[in-house]
Amino acid sequence: MQFDPFVIPFNIGLYFILIYVVARSVIWFRDLSRPDKLRLQRGFFGIPFALSLKEIFMESLIHRKILKTNLRLGYMHMSLAFGWFLLILFGTIEADIFGAKHLNAPYKAIFFRFFNPDHGRMGFEAAYGFLMDLILVFILSGLLLAVTKRFYSKIVGMKKTTRLKLTDRIALTSLWLIFPSRLLAESFTCGVYGTGSFLTGSLGAWLAAFLPAQQMAYPFWWLYSISLGTFFILLPVTRYMHIPTELFLIFMRNAGIKTGDKAGTYSEVQTYSCSSCGICIDACQLNFSAGITNIQSAYFMKAIRNNDDVSEIADNCLMCGRCDQKCPVGIELSPIRMIQRRGGEAENDIRNIYKGYFRSRQTIISEKAIASSNYNFLQETVPEKTDILYFAGCMTHLTPSIKNSMIKILDASGVKYSFIDKQGGACCGRPLMLAGQDKEARELINYNSQMIWKSGAHTLVTSCPICYKVFKESYYLDVEVLHHTQFIKMLIDDGSVKLNFLHKKVVYHSPCDLGRGSGVYDEPKDVLKHVSRLERSNFEDGNSLCCGGSLANMKISSQTKKKIALDAAIELTKNSPDILATACPLCKKTFSAVTETRVADISEIVAEALIMNPLKKNSGSNISSIKELANI
Amino acid sequence: MNKFGFTISKGRQIDYESNDRRIADYIFEKEPSFRLCIECGGCSATCTTSNFTVFSLRELNILIKRGENDQVRQNLKKCMLCGKCTLVCPRGVNTRNIVVLAKKAFQKSDEYAI
Repeated sequence: MQFDPFVIPFNIGLYFILIYVVARSVIWFRDLSRPDKLRLQRGFFGIPFALSLKEIFMESLIHRKILKTNLRLGYMHMSLAFGWFLLILFGTIEADIFGAKHLNAPYKAIFFRFFNPDHGRMGFEAAYGFLMDLILVFILSGLLLAVTKRFYSKIVGMKKTTRLKLTDRIALTSLWLIFPSRLLAESFTCGVYGTGSFLTGSLGAWLAAFLPAQQMAYPFWWLYSISLGTFFILLPVTRYMHIPTELFLIFMRNAGIKTGDKAGTYSEVQTYSCSSCGICIDACQLNFSAGITNIQSAYFMKAIRNNDDVSEIADNCLMCGRCDQKCPVGIELSPIRMIQRRGGEAENDIRNIYKGYFRSRQTIISEKAIASSNYNFLQETVPEKTDILYFAGCMTHLTPSIKNSMIKILDASGVKYSFIDKQGGACCGRPLMLAGQDKEARELINYNSQMIWKSGAHTLVTSCPICYKVFKESYYLDVEVLHHTQFIKMLIDDGSVKLNFLHKKVVYHSPCDLGRGSGVYDEPKDVLKHVSRLERSNFEDGNSLCCGGSLANMKISSQTKKKIALDAAIELTKNSPDILATACPLCKKTFSAVTETRVADISEIVAEALIMNPLKKNSGSNISSIKELANI
Repeated sequence: MNKFGFTISKGRQIDYESNDRRIADYIFEKEPSFRLCIECGGCSATCTTSNFTVFSLRELNILIKRGENDQVRQNLKKCMLCGKCTLVCPRGVNTRNIVVLAKKAFQKSDEYAI
């Protein structure tokens, strides 16, 4: 019987974590809604399953996305995840082939060298030992990076690294101890027996030369086992829970489950999948422009996991979506923030270490029911029947040049349209939603919806990305919603408007709600390319900056907003363009205040380039003049 | 008796002692820019809601500061939070947050629950 008491800590940890993961997944599965359960069940068969397996390999082991963003950080994550995986895999195979018997207990593979110290002297066995040493070197190199990163984050190209709580620190220490203790334990054992490959063999021989290797080996095997056991037991209450949770997340995402409006299994799984890698911290403009360093998504996820009151953190965010775009795990960070905003201030549970293992659902104070309508002063109006509706939106009314340009373009195109909020309409509802007041927002949505229905229009054009996003996502309308850049592109494509080419250098700033929020990147740029010389900036498409004026953040002062705007404007106007073009009235207003460069909405640039067609209005007189010419 | 068209008007003095400034204090604490307001009325001039009904953020700000909460409570919920007032404010007062905080403060105190 191959057994030694030192394997007990490891065994306790391993069986604990296995049972825990099974129990947790049962709870998660039980809490899913019925349609999501069916989706998930279907996700375990056929193509989604294959996709999930591929994604698990590429993201959870290789960490492709982190490698793409930051090579050194990616290597650190890859060496630990993929290296450990390989070590377990090949260790199990080694124990199975060379061990006393087949199908061993897991500890036989992990502590193979202890139970088979005389193994690996020549031939295939030695080659296999060489492979195992190679994997260990791979992990240790990553670990070296990780340790250095903790004290000097720039080594992996990160400006900031995440701050840790006490349990995280203990878990981190045990994680750091696992591989060096394995190395030393194996080396000492190899030193005694004169076995081992290039790393453990030579290190062992060197150590055995001046140390009593026989006595030294055993404590290190204990240390190795204890650090593994500690790590496994602390795993559920630390960020390392992301290791098992990310697999669930990948399966659930590929099965087509969405975050939705309410907290549930999926949002919880996403919260636990965050590895606190810190990529979101470097991406956050509140961090690098405003110096606010405690609200980034990594901290937000951690605060939710710890059952802290997150209302302050949830509200202090521009909702620009840069972190969503950068997150290597693909966590839908903005929707989770919106869920927390809706929840308002949650009651804080008494901190309890056991509570971390089975987290109770967050208790959310239900808002006191509001019996009467808030907006009953809004009169139901009957708009005129039309094909195309133009909804300028509040912000566009504050920047009349955009509104006037749009009217000019619409008139020139000759389409039959109606300006629905010419006299100033109700708000679209998104600002209320961003403040977490969904019920009030719904009232405005209903009011606007009935106006749009009654007009019988088939297309709704809006000038404001904030309105565009809410019309697209939260209105249940049977009309095509277009942002004015998309509409102008259509007009250009079908020849309704003719444009001059303006010889101007233009750089385009993609508004958050239009670009990252709604995925409209190409149309605005196509329009700009049609009328001007569009230059590239360093912040294109998904990586574009936020102007800082976002309505989503009510916590920061106007000075802070200005600071963010200034930084963004400096970046965008680096190549001194003639015009800083944008597609959002709010961005325009924010940037105008901080830059000398002319800031213009795309509609303004297009209106400037417009060729007024003389044939359309005076076609009769033109023909007569030609006839006159012919007569002469 | 002939009154010659004269009546006795109601007392219009503001009794600061009897007014409840808890809401104002709560907002001052959470949103210090509230103190910057010079009551210019820019917010009221641009307001989306006041396009439809009688609503003035300037008036509400003054009333909150005075502690005349009854009137504020009735009117505050008309705000659509569109944010135009924040953009036009010459003093950089975070008006949207003031409305949200005031709503929250009313929600918290049972006496004034909306």
